[in-house]
Amino acid sequence: MTTMDASKAGAMSRRQFLVVSLSAAGGLAIGLSLPDLAEAEPILPEPWSEATGDEINAWILIEPDDTVVIRVAQSEMGEGVFTALPMIVAEELACDWEKVRPEYASANRNLRENNVYGRMLTGGSSAVRRSREFLQQAGASARERLIHAAAERWGVPADACTAKDSVVTHAESGRSLRYGELAADAAKVKLASEPAIKTADQYTLIGQPKARLDTPPKLNGTAQFGIDTRLPDMLYAAVVTCPVFGGSLKSYDAKAIEGRRGVKSVVPIPGGVAVVADRFWRAKEAVAALPVTWDEGPAASTDSAQFAEAYRTALNGPAAIARKQGDVMKALADGKRVEALYEVPHLAHAPMEPLNCTAHVQPDRVDVWIGTQYPEAALDLAAKAAGVAPEKVELHNCFLGGGFGRRAVNDELTQAVLVSKAVGKPVKLVWTREEDMRHDRYRPQAAIRFEAALGPDGTPKGLRVRTAVGSIERSLGWGSADKGVEPSAVEGLANQPYEMGAIEVDCVLKNTHVPVMFWRSVGSSQNAFAMEGFVDELAYAAGQDPYQFRRKLLAGKDDFLRVLDTIAEKSDWGKPMPAGKGRGIAIHESFGTIVGEVVEVAVSPKGEVRVERVVAAVDCGHVVNPRTVEMQIESGVVYGLSAALFGEITIDKGAVVQGNFDDYQVVRLADMPWIETHLALSGGSKWGGIGEPGTPPIAPAVCNAIFAATGKRIRRLPIKDFDLSGERS
Amino acid sequence: MVAFTINGQHQELDIEPETPLLWVIRDELGLTGTKFGCGIAQCGACTVHVDGQAVRSCSLQVGDADGKTITTIEGLSPDGTHPVQQAWLAEDVPQCGYCQSGQIMAAVAFLNEHPDPSDADINDELTNICRCGTYARIRAAIHRAAAIAKDAGGTP
Repeated sequence: MTTMDASKAGAMSRRQFLVVSLSAAGGLAIGLSLPDLAEAEPILPEPWSEATGDEINAWILIEPDDTVVIRVAQSEMGEGVFTALPMIVAEELACDWEKVRPEYASANRNLRENNVYGRMLTGGSSAVRRSREFLQQAGASARERLIHAAAERWGVPADACTAKDSVVTHAESGRSLRYGELAADAAKVKLASEPAIKTADQYTLIGQPKARLDTPPKLNGTAQFGIDTRLPDMLYAAVVTCPVFGGSLKSYDAKAIEGRRGVKSVVPIPGGVAVVADRFWRAKEAVAALPVTWDEGPAASTDSAQFAEAYRTALNGPAAIARKQGDVMKALADGKRVEALYEVPHLAHAPMEPLNCTAHVQPDRVDVWIGTQYPEAALDLAAKAAGVAPEKVELHNCFLGGGFGRRAVNDELTQAVLVSKAVGKPVKLVWTREEDMRHDRYRPQAAIRFEAALGPDGTPKGLRVRTAVGSIERSLGWGSADKGVEPSAVEGLANQPYEMGAIEVDCVLKNTHVPVMFWRSVGSSQNAFAMEGFVDELAYAAGQDPYQFRRKLLAGKDDFLRVLDTIAEKSDWGKPMPAGKGRGIAIHESFGTIVGEVVEVAVSPKGEVRVERVVAAVDCGHVVNPRTVEMQIESGVVYGLSAALFGEITIDKGAVVQGNFDDYQVVRLADMPWIETHLALSGGSKWGGIGEPGTPPIAPAVCNAIFAATGKRIRRLPIKDFDLSGERS
Repeated sequence: MVAFTINGQHQELDIEPETPLLWVIRDELGLTGTKFGCGIAQCGACTVHVDGQAVRSCSLQVGDADGKTITTIEGLSPDGTHPVQQAWLAEDVPQCGYCQSGQIMAAVAFLNEHPDPSDADINDELTNICRCGTYARIRAAIHRAAAIAKDAGGTP
């Protein structure tokens, strides 16, 4: 049923296509119009202007049959924004939730209409907390205008009418009208003043567990990811770029692949070359057979061992202060001294869907189909590559087959636009898994040094932390790294919550030729591993229980204590465990949310680690969809567990060694622990993020549990590189 | 020429026999529910059924599928109500959803062999990767699918 001939689809309007798509999908499907669009392909002058309903405002469109289309300006990459953000609008709109259909907001419209959708960037676990108020306002405003439209038609005062479940009712006369009957008039209503939005205690939909609206098409093959885009007359491209970052293409011999079936052309791209063919497989095979020589540049002699040494050495050089409180040198001069060095490697994102983009460059317009976390930047990238104004670019965002930060910078988009422009046809450009892994922008490598002193009763008197880490902002050319400190480098260190006496946290930003970028919770993921590992070391040095030790240092911080006490209670903290097993605890605040995790591990005499149970508690203030919160904590834990157990990108001769899931192992079903998630909400004015905060505590909780089980302290990830064998007693 | 039956339809294709079945399914036939994830049979995003067996289609040459019967996610059930799909819906399994066609196809074939599986069976035999980490829900959904099928008096 998705085999619709693309040329036929081209002759259909988007509306017709939707109808076909819905009936073909049967009773299960909820049509998601943008992903449908990706396959339906209609390259219309205004891809977003064809809906038949009446637009109440930029966010809400109501069709005659009462279907409520709610625009989503954030990207759906699994974190659940296609459900949570419409819930926020619907909370105020008083519409029938069963009739809500999410679709992507247009980045082009956002540009033309002065950022009507706000910032179209999905990252930093910000979707709900950055848009909640204006989405509530959009819903409330639409509801009031629907009420006014009904009141006017009946000639009654608006405040004598109420709205519920997509119906406006005038109780006195018993009359009612459906939203679908009112939408056209409501679109013309101008309100004298905007209505007030609900406070948290008035919510009836927000906070209720709701099934995700994007699930049905993800069960039958109809969900459209960027890689599923099909256009009439479309060609395919495969690329190869210089294995050493920063290297360039010296020469290639196109003649060597001439005459291969389906191969159309060879197009140089920045740092590499693309082969274009009538099928992807033919393009991929041809690019593999293409003789290419590279100018690898000066980085071709570097490797990970050199980098590790360089980061350790950098810890002895000048550093920029991120936090200073009291006289730390004086504090460290007395008491019991504890020191440790923690290290983390580069990590790839490895989303399930390899990077890809489909572009169609025409003389006066550019269309791009992609799954991107950052539509507004993607618009600019496409415009720049095509040499047109951004207003000429239509960006068709699709479902993202995982993002984790990688899809915030769309290197694949620039390539696709350049290739389409060169060949004058629509081109789908797909990276192989190897290209995806070897040309990622990685989580930075880092070395983090701790020094602390404990008083006679085990109370910390001073903490000094220095991190040497790759600057993401410098790598992205953002420039503000010149100050010597950037937020992601020190998040989780500079804002660590414990009472430590005098504190100094400083930072050395040091880059190599390896590009670095945001990665699910980025700095917090590496710094929580180090910080929470070191706090565990302090607890043991003080001769105290790691949970009780943390409790003491968090005195007065009720939100932290609520989370900490919840995981301790739910995990039976303190209950003896058999030999070879151990419990570890960690807590960390990131993106406005506190997550604590207790982990149980079993370590075999051979040294095999098995993570058996994870008990998590989360304080994100308020919850929109509890199901999403639970899923995101599970997801964050698994993502961080893959990194902790196995994750390591290494460099040899300037190039990434790992290329695929055989040498970049990730957690699979057999490695999957039992996970339970508990809400420990503080409410109030707090709205925290949820996509990332589950990740940071897992690595330290696992390593702390391994210490409890074996007495071996892991200070460098991944865990797989450690010999944990030995008999336990 | 290579000929096979896919989702009940006979196909004859003029195609290089060494082409991986995955790319024939996606690019020749336009059945994009089957996904490309790794190309080396590691992740299982491309899982389809060939003569009822779960196969990682990125690593099967289409020439070796000659004469065979293939089922993809699009052909699993006419209306999306296969017990495994029902269970996946009830357990809210997908997040990004990219790997789920392959997960579902792998689970269906697995349940045909293990109508009443233990967790150990699941861990041993299902090795598809999900980077969103939906494994706990996959496990629960497999048990639920087994129960749905049992209630219906058949095998999944």
